[in-house]
Amino acid sequence: MFNKTKLSAIAVPVMSVIAGFIVGAIVMLIFGYNPIVNYGSLFSGAFSGAYSIGETLRDMTPLILTALGFAVSSKAGFFNIGGSGQYLLGWFAAILVTLKFHTLPGLVLIIFAILAAALAGGLWSGIAGYLRAYFGTSEVITTIMLNYIAFYFVNFAVKNWLTAKGEDSSANIPSKASLRTPFLENLTQNSTFHWGFFIALLVAVIVWFYFNKTNSGFELRSVGTNEAASRYAGMSVKKTIIVAMFVSGILAGLAGGLDGLGNYQNISVSNSLPQVGYDGMAVALLAANNPLGILLAALLFAALSIGGLSISVFSTTPTEIVSIVTASIIFFVGIKYAFEYLINKFLTKKELIKKLNSAKGDKKA
Amino acid sequence: MKKRVAAMLAATVMLGTFLVGCGNSSSSSKGTKHTVAIVTDGGGIDDKSFNQSAWEGLKAWGKEHSLTKGINGYNYAQSSSDSDFSPNINKLIKAGYKTIVGTGYKLDSAITTAAKQNRKVNFVIIDSVIKQKNVASVMFKAEQSSFLAGVAAAETTKTNHVGFIGGVQSDVITAFEKGYIQGVHSVNPNIKVDVKYVGSFSEADVGQSLATAMYNSGADVIFHAAGGSGSGVFTAAKNLRKNGNKNVWVIGVDQDQKADGKYSGGNVTLASAVKEVGTAVKDLSNKAMKNKFPGGKTVYYDLKDNGVDLVNDNLSSKAWKAVKEYKQKIVNGDITVKDN
Repeated sequence: MFNKTKLSAIAVPVMSVIAGFIVGAIVMLIFGYNPIVNYGSLFSGAFSGAYSIGETLRDMTPLILTALGFAVSSKAGFFNIGGSGQYLLGWFAAILVTLKFHTLPGLVLIIFAILAAALAGGLWSGIAGYLRAYFGTSEVITTIMLNYIAFYFVNFAVKNWLTAKGEDSSANIPSKASLRTPFLENLTQNSTFHWGFFIALLVAVIVWFYFNKTNSGFELRSVGTNEAASRYAGMSVKKTIIVAMFVSGILAGLAGGLDGLGNYQNISVSNSLPQVGYDGMAVALLAANNPLGILLAALLFAALSIGGLSISVFSTTPTEIVSIVTASIIFFVGIKYAFEYLINKFLTKKELIKKLNSAKGDKKA
Repeated sequence: MKKRVAAMLAATVMLGTFLVGCGNSSSSSKGTKHTVAIVTDGGGIDDKSFNQSAWEGLKAWGKEHSLTKGINGYNYAQSSSDSDFSPNINKLIKAGYKTIVGTGYKLDSAITTAAKQNRKVNFVIIDSVIKQKNVASVMFKAEQSSFLAGVAAAETTKTNHVGFIGGVQSDVITAFEKGYIQGVHSVNPNIKVDVKYVGSFSEADVGQSLATAMYNSGADVIFHAAGGSGSGVFTAAKNLRKNGNKNVWVIGVDQDQKADGKYSGGNVTLASAVKEVGTAVKDLSNKAMKNKFPGGKTVYYDLKDNGVDLVNDNLSSKAWKAVKEYKQKIVNGDITVKDN
């Protein structure tokens, strides 16, 4: 009747989310804020009206892609911590291309910019893949370091190549290159919702297909499960590592490109690495690297961040409460073994009772 | 279990819509009250700088008109990244706030877009200029307070050698540098001024090594306009006081930095060139309330209206007297301070 693994794959994230909300509620109660009112404004802030939904979906877009990027590498057994740097490079490449080739017709320009973004992210992460494949260098360390190189490089490049003297952000991209259109703006009451969302959805489906229906995707998963066995089976482990890291970077770069063309419309000198790369890891973790699960998890995280802004607008509660909820959810996902243990115990008990009952029945008969 | 979750969700949805509804209706029915909210530029309202000053000004304004924090009063929305600017502004507009203040030039494009879409809402942008009918731009004449910092430094130095450490070289920070140098040289044109830039507003270690080098080469007063990197300047000065027995000073920036200069043996903060963002927020809120909102205009805050000033922390009475004299001259228009 119950498929234990399937059940826990769904139950664990759901329980983590609920536990996260409960912890948030307890914290609010301790500090004298009303959790029901605040969760109410969080929910309506994320979903009530076309505007809020538009913002939530827009916030989801880069999260889906950075999470997919992390999922691809971790299915192959690698931790690509470099999502933030790849995202930033993708963003930079997209803006650079649109500003430098602004004479091209709109659609060509958009496609060119998006491809540049994906390639920038992919090549950047490919460096870490190459080092891992041929020299066994830990990809955790190289991707973290590459993050900083990307960060300082982009700041340097923006400051020196893209901004006027005395400014610290680039000019806005021409409106023909924007992924926002008047149609979507009218539809969502002037939100920043843009076409990138549909691209992200499409990519999620493609990644699902790649994992489950292609040879390369199968090799990826088998290298992740058992590297030695895969080598013995005749797969090229080195190639798979590089492909995994390259694809992972492409997805993160794409996230940056779409955000640049759809959301920000320009690029500025930044003070720190973009958070969305790390949030993507949390999303992938919550979804256990399942592409379709990532869509749901990204929706949750986007709703938390967009809805969370409403908490302090409609009450005196500080927005940091939302960070506590998000952090608690990640924490509970992290200790998912606790939940698995509970589920197992619960199920085995039930089964035991059932067996005992049926045994009793047998005796009677 | 499932049923309970569903029931809870349904309850939150209902409550949510109810709250939104009630927010809108009450704010429109009490049309006489004016409501103001600020959107931060990434730092929190406790950043010991810009956002904090703006928020304190707004709180003071609210108190003056016996308003409370929240809808129908005053409030803030904190941005944790640049992509929060637009949603924050729009949420505040939907909640019925009539004047929205963006603290810092980073909100420039978000305010520009929102102002086009919401003609009836007043917007204020600080440290940037937006030319639209419903936006008031606020600029500070920081070169004037920096000039006074220069006077204070020149009156204090024993070595005839002072320094300036900036955050990132840009029009805003260059104005500090130029005003400071002009101030130093109007007291004594023979004083040497070292100028260095950290290249960041958040690297205290670089600020510290630049300041240490500057002090060691003979400068005994440093004026910093380097935000978070400036805390390294304070560390350098304290270390030299404690270990090197050198009598060195720091001039703080943006807000009174006396507390930052404190160490076991005394205090290294000579004075602080403050930028009263709070005063500006309070002032514009009042104007908006009285229907005199300066939309489409750029409002300059200077020494005359106390928008910028030099705060005395540890100046000698002679130096303080000189500062006050120069201040009077600038206010009267006898001295013009150049910003580049």
